[in-house]
Amino acid sequence: MHHTIRTSVAALLAAYALGQAGAALAGETFDTVKKRGTLRCGVNVSVPGFSAPDSQGKWTGLDVDVCRAVAAAVFGDANKVEFVPLNAQQRFAAVQSGEVDLLSRNTTWTLSRDAGLKLDFGPVVFYDGQGFMVPKAMGVKSATELNGATVCVQTGTSTEQTLADWFRAKNMSFKPVVIDSFDELNKAFFAGRCDVYTTDRSGLASIRKTMSGKPDDYVILPETISKEPLAPAWRHGDNEWGDVVRWSVTALIEAEELGINSANVDAQASSGNPAVARFLGTTHGLGAALGLSDKWAYDIVKQVGNYGEVYQRNIREPLELARDLNALWTAGGLLYAIPVR
Amino acid sequence: MPRLRLRCDRRCLRALAAQALLLAAVAGVLAWLAGNAGAKLAQQGIASGFGFLGKEAAFAISEHPIAYSPADSYARALTVGVLNTLKVALPALLFATVLGTLAGIAQLGRNWLAARLARGYVEAVRNVPLLLQLFFWYGLLTELLPLPRQAWSPLPGVFLSRRGLMLPAPAGEGWGTLLAAAALGLAAALALRAAYGRVRRGGGALAALLLAPPLAAWLATAGTRAWSVPALQGFNYVGGTTLSPEFAALLLGLTLYAGSYIAEIVRAGILAVPRGQVEAGLALGLSRAQVLRLIVLPQALRAIVPPLASQYLSLVKNSSLAVAIGYPDVVSISNTAINQTGQAVEGIAIIMAAYLSVSLAVAALMNLYNRRVALRGATR
Repeated sequence: MHHTIRTSVAALLAAYALGQAGAALAGETFDTVKKRGTLRCGVNVSVPGFSAPDSQGKWTGLDVDVCRAVAAAVFGDANKVEFVPLNAQQRFAAVQSGEVDLLSRNTTWTLSRDAGLKLDFGPVVFYDGQGFMVPKAMGVKSATELNGATVCVQTGTSTEQTLADWFRAKNMSFKPVVIDSFDELNKAFFAGRCDVYTTDRSGLASIRKTMSGKPDDYVILPETISKEPLAPAWRHGDNEWGDVVRWSVTALIEAEELGINSANVDAQASSGNPAVARFLGTTHGLGAALGLSDKWAYDIVKQVGNYGEVYQRNIREPLELARDLNALWTAGGLLYAIPVR
Repeated sequence: MPRLRLRCDRRCLRALAAQALLLAAVAGVLAWLAGNAGAKLAQQGIASGFGFLGKEAAFAISEHPIAYSPADSYARALTVGVLNTLKVALPALLFATVLGTLAGIAQLGRNWLAARLARGYVEAVRNVPLLLQLFFWYGLLTELLPLPRQAWSPLPGVFLSRRGLMLPAPAGEGWGTLLAAAALGLAAALALRAAYGRVRRGGGALAALLLAPPLAAWLATAGTRAWSVPALQGFNYVGGTTLSPEFAALLLGLTLYAGSYIAEIVRAGILAVPRGQVEAGLALGLSRAQVLRLIVLPQALRAIVPPLASQYLSLVKNSSLAVAIGYPDVVSISNTAINQTGQAVEGIAIIMAAYLSVSLAVAALMNLYNRRVALRGATR
């Protein structure tokens, strides 16, 4: 019996010590990343255009490239990223618990997530909004004609609430069909189980292009019923890490504003333009203040490209989605890089 | 009967102390885990507690046995989820039992075709994962049935399409009165039977008691009863009641899957009855059907009920696969609540509590029934 007591006491103490050790380890994110030598980045499981493994198993997409840009800034190597596929329910817990250092998973920046979940959000990487897709044969021109429709909804986001709010505000009724599995939901919609499919417009474009088999038979209605600014997020408590992420994303946009891309970055670095030279670390680098090398922005542009290139290869070409709100401010869009100087 | 020992010697005391210590250690570890989880949640800024239940849910649910709108609270939304789970699980229990019993008996019967068919059903269904079967039935229902505009209408007011089976539904308050009157008649008839035992004669009085109240109510409420008939209006059928493809696929999948296991349980139970019992029955001049009903099944039940109970429990728990095909059960609705509130621990706790209480209720009922069919003195 003495033996039993001793064992239980020892087990309790060991468990307590483990808990303490866990608490002590959860330190500054930036230090953890540097010590580990790789960036653990939470991405979506499969949304072509944003994050999806290609036929060779290599992760591609806009969100994926944001992870790569941060890795390029920190390590000088865009490939030092460990991608962690997360579903919508897991994503915030994964950031909060420290399982990932950065969440780059088409996540909308909202007050309740920023303040309520104790997260910080970086610059917006994609301005999105919830929309509707219908079969062209239905002849519907506007979402206001959808009273009484059956609507296929993806789970795991604020989509359900936005949808219900919009119909309530318009005094219209609808029937939701909420399916957990992405593939099953797509199948149900394309089989005609629902009249309408709703999710973010980028998602609709991706589904229409890659899942329908006949993209021309479906139209995305003009209404955008919500604002969905998608931004990377990290947990509270490490301002240095926040700076690194914020300026890495800014560098992607700044590079496009300055006309620097992955092809001309070497020529630009020695061009003599003082703003460009500072940005690329040729002279008087800006990296030290961030705790990075002077070449941090050069590495991002050289290895990942500028925002325009990232958009072109991930969104514009495969999904045929125009820049619209995601053009530079000089071209009528919303992207405006905070000065890198 | 051994007398209860009230005195406790030293060995017994020591044993008691060990048990108390073990209990304290388990409670201590649990308390430490709960405290640790609470502290970590607070440290990471994750809200905790069940305060969110009173807030507006703000999402729609396609099927709700009780009135529900997005303006209702999370608590009501979750109640709808639990009711939806029961709405599919209870009929599935009933149908699976009937189907399983028939298939179990058929496998042992003398009809060659029925026996082979039953065997084929059991082997095919029992050996394919339930999730795949649900996908199969759901795919079949949503892809093979006609679009709503070309719906089949086998009877006036009945429409079958990819949107489900639309049926006329009773409307107006007269139906409630009628139902209450029928219940009253049934209660009175049951009370009479209980008071007088089995009535050989006087069946007329019993029938009169059973039928008079609903008949009176039928005549009295003639003006307040109506039918709501579904009609295509805009995108969908309006009016009547709808049996959704999600519900139908889940009910069908759960019934067939559990039925195949129950068939095996029934078969095993029947085989457990010694052959001599059947032969004795036949020797007494009973027909085969009588032997089955009076001799085999009552004895087989003793072997059947305990495994049947655990089959019932797995059926209830399997209904959580609803989330895969879009039926709004308690898991699906809790998932949405977790997404919107971020309170995963509470949401999962609610799901667990819901299944635990349904399962414990089923287990308790089955134990009660088992005590009735078991041999006296055989169970403790």
